[in-house]
Amino acid sequence: MADSFAGTGALVRLALRRDRLLLTLWILGFAGMAGFSAAATVGLYPDEGSRVQAAEIVNATGALVALYGPVYDPTSVGALSLFKLTAFGAAITAVLFVFVVIRHTRAEEEAGRLELLGAGRLGRLAALSAALIVAFGASLVLGVASAGSLIAAGLPVAGSFAFGLGWAFTGIAFASLAGVTAQVTTGARAGRSLALIAVAVAYALRAVGDVASGGGNWLSWLSPIGWMQQVRAYAGDRWWVLLLPTAMAAVCVPVAMVLRSRRDLGAGLLTDRAGPSQGKLSSVSGLAWRLQRTVLISWAVGFAAFGFLLGSISDSVTGFLDSPQAAEYLQKLGGTDALADAFLAAELAIMGVLVAAYGIEAASRLHGEEEDGHAEVLLATSVSRGRWAASHLVIALMGVAGVLFVGGLAVGLGAWVATGDAGQVGALAVAALSKVPAAWVLTGLLFLLFGWLPRAVPVIWGVFAVAVVVGEFGPLWDAPQWVMNLSPFVHSPGLPAPNASLVGLVPLTLTAVVLLGLGFVGWRRRDLTTP
Amino acid sequence: MAAVIDVQGVVKRFGSTIALDGLDLQVEAGEVHAFLGPNGAGKTTTLRVLLGQLRIDAGHMTLLGRDPWADAVELHKDLAYVPGEVNLWPQLSGGEVIDLLGRLRGGLDPKRRQRYVDLFELDPTKKARTYSKGNRQKVALVAALASDVPLLLLDEPTSGLDPLMDARFRQCMHEYRETGGTVLLSSHILSEAEALSDRVTIIRSGRAMESGSLAQLRHLARTKVVATVERMPDALAELPGVHEVTVDGQQVSCQVDPAGMPALLSVLADAGVQALSSQQPTLEEVFLRHYQGGEDG
Repeated sequence: MADSFAGTGALVRLALRRDRLLLTLWILGFAGMAGFSAAATVGLYPDEGSRVQAAEIVNATGALVALYGPVYDPTSVGALSLFKLTAFGAAITAVLFVFVVIRHTRAEEEAGRLELLGAGRLGRLAALSAALIVAFGASLVLGVASAGSLIAAGLPVAGSFAFGLGWAFTGIAFASLAGVTAQVTTGARAGRSLALIAVAVAYALRAVGDVASGGGNWLSWLSPIGWMQQVRAYAGDRWWVLLLPTAMAAVCVPVAMVLRSRRDLGAGLLTDRAGPSQGKLSSVSGLAWRLQRTVLISWAVGFAAFGFLLGSISDSVTGFLDSPQAAEYLQKLGGTDALADAFLAAELAIMGVLVAAYGIEAASRLHGEEEDGHAEVLLATSVSRGRWAASHLVIALMGVAGVLFVGGLAVGLGAWVATGDAGQVGALAVAALSKVPAAWVLTGLLFLLFGWLPRAVPVIWGVFAVAVVVGEFGPLWDAPQWVMNLSPFVHSPGLPAPNASLVGLVPLTLTAVVLLGLGFVGWRRRDLTTP
Repeated sequence: MAAVIDVQGVVKRFGSTIALDGLDLQVEAGEVHAFLGPNGAGKTTTLRVLLGQLRIDAGHMTLLGRDPWADAVELHKDLAYVPGEVNLWPQLSGGEVIDLLGRLRGGLDPKRRQRYVDLFELDPTKKARTYSKGNRQKVALVAALASDVPLLLLDEPTSGLDPLMDARFRQCMHEYRETGGTVLLSSHILSEAEALSDRVTIIRSGRAMESGSLAQLRHLARTKVVATVERMPDALAELPGVHEVTVDGQQVSCQVDPAGMPALLSVLADAGVQALSSQQPTLEEVFLRHYQGGEDG
């Protein structure tokens, strides 16, 4: 049995060598984000009276509760400072460690590198164990670093550790889950998608549960992201809740190991069926669609479900406090001027951010196809560089619009079912489309990198993260306007609020067009990189 | 006949690394031209430059009379390429890949497709994910051979094939040449070059060291001469074109350039030669001389 783990140590070192920069930056990013938020809130709400008022506004605003969860103790400065980062931060931690685990397990296997290593003195479970060790270790470091940063910002020690460990254990739980999904599918992409769908479902479950009942109901308790909230850092510090993610890991890790021990290298639970002996594909656009359709359809289905869910709770979202302070606070939290539609506008804003990730992922296929040597094969045929790049770009750009349209429509349908008012359906679908240009800017930036500096393409995810953080937390941190303006999401109209300005759409669209155009110039001139 | 491929003084740099350092290469219409060199000599870079996938830094080149970079799309209707490392889409079947590549090249002949699928014993219904290296190479070969194109660019096309498939590949090359097609084939397998090619270019460190028919190349190399003589001649080592003279009793052996042969023979005759043997250089010796030599090759 010990043989199954032989070589784990060497693989841990290899993984750390490959990820040292990435993990360090992420950990510093999380710790910094937490500390900044805490310090900013302490400055904004120095006395208990102002904090209680702010927290009560949050708890009474269904939109905020659905998206971030409630403030569990209105008198606690920690609970107020971090309510936006609790579930949201846990979800990002989960995504990060899903990526880490898949990257060192199934992705290595698919690339054939594990076959090379496996010929050495390497146990069958070594890669999985090493990936889990790295993910668990990094989760804990992330949690402790964040706790340290919160303590430095002046928050209580116990609560800070409860918060940091809450993030850490969310990371551990989802890393373990990714260990299982990595065994189920033969492709890394599919394994990663399965785990990410679980993250999205966990987020949605707690949203519904939190809106239904102030402290969360049974749906919140079904969600590993809900557990992070239920630790209630700075509001009771319920340490025992951390047993739940521990239990999840204790179930998932052995399951993953049993699955891995029983299967062949390279195989999944589902075996490949034979394909057609003659192909119908006759163009690069047909090929691009074939490669991308599953991901696009999954996103559309996900947005439909997410939108419908949030739309259907929009009627239970009542009790906007109609006071000047409430309006001011909502604005600081990134809400809109028109409180009536704040909930729907906030939902669409979240969709606008998520869909940008789809646009980046879909356009990144260009980079992936080039790195995998597939572009080399295609460009040796009578296909121009422009046509090949366009085949994937069109799917990314149109996919962004399509997914948003579906999401907006679903929000409208959900609201219709809940309120009986069908009038919003069309308006919401159009409002969702107003988020398209901001996402296109990031797609365009990716293509610019691809055209000129293909090795730097992964940097786009860092840019995306910064744009999200600036958009979400900039107002809270009192960031200068020029910093805020760097995020494309800030310029998206706050529809469906009636007085939302559409002016931002023009520069966003122009920027996207210019970035794409410059990308093409670079792509037509540069050398093809090869595997 | 016009050169199908004409490369003159091409330089390609990757940062500070010089991949092609003034490369010359001429491939005539209708010939199978082997492009030989050790690993990292620049064979694959040359093929990628010819495909318009890499931009050259200096020099001049034409492919079928046109510019490989600017006219890439038009040119690729008339050629098929088999990469050294064939990477396919894991979720597509071999048959789908063959048909896709064929159509992107402007169509392929279903009868030829079927013939080559059978010849290489390829199962086209399998997903590319499950193919071995050799089978992926077969997919690319079938896609290339089934297209009706006048030029094939093949990068170590047999490196994953078993001996039986290798023989079938050679048969395909002969047939293709019969129909007037031109082939540029990179390889480091000498027997393959010897069996298939009309002409050979040897490349090292991004530079063509020799180019010509196999007979010409052999002629360029030195012949080993061993003689038993009555009296040892003094001036043997000073003769032009004679190298590596060693004396062992009455026996002398040396290497001689083709030009130095007459003078050597007359000196040996004067020395009362009793026994004489000469050995033509093997192709291996020709190559090893270029692969291992210093800057002067």
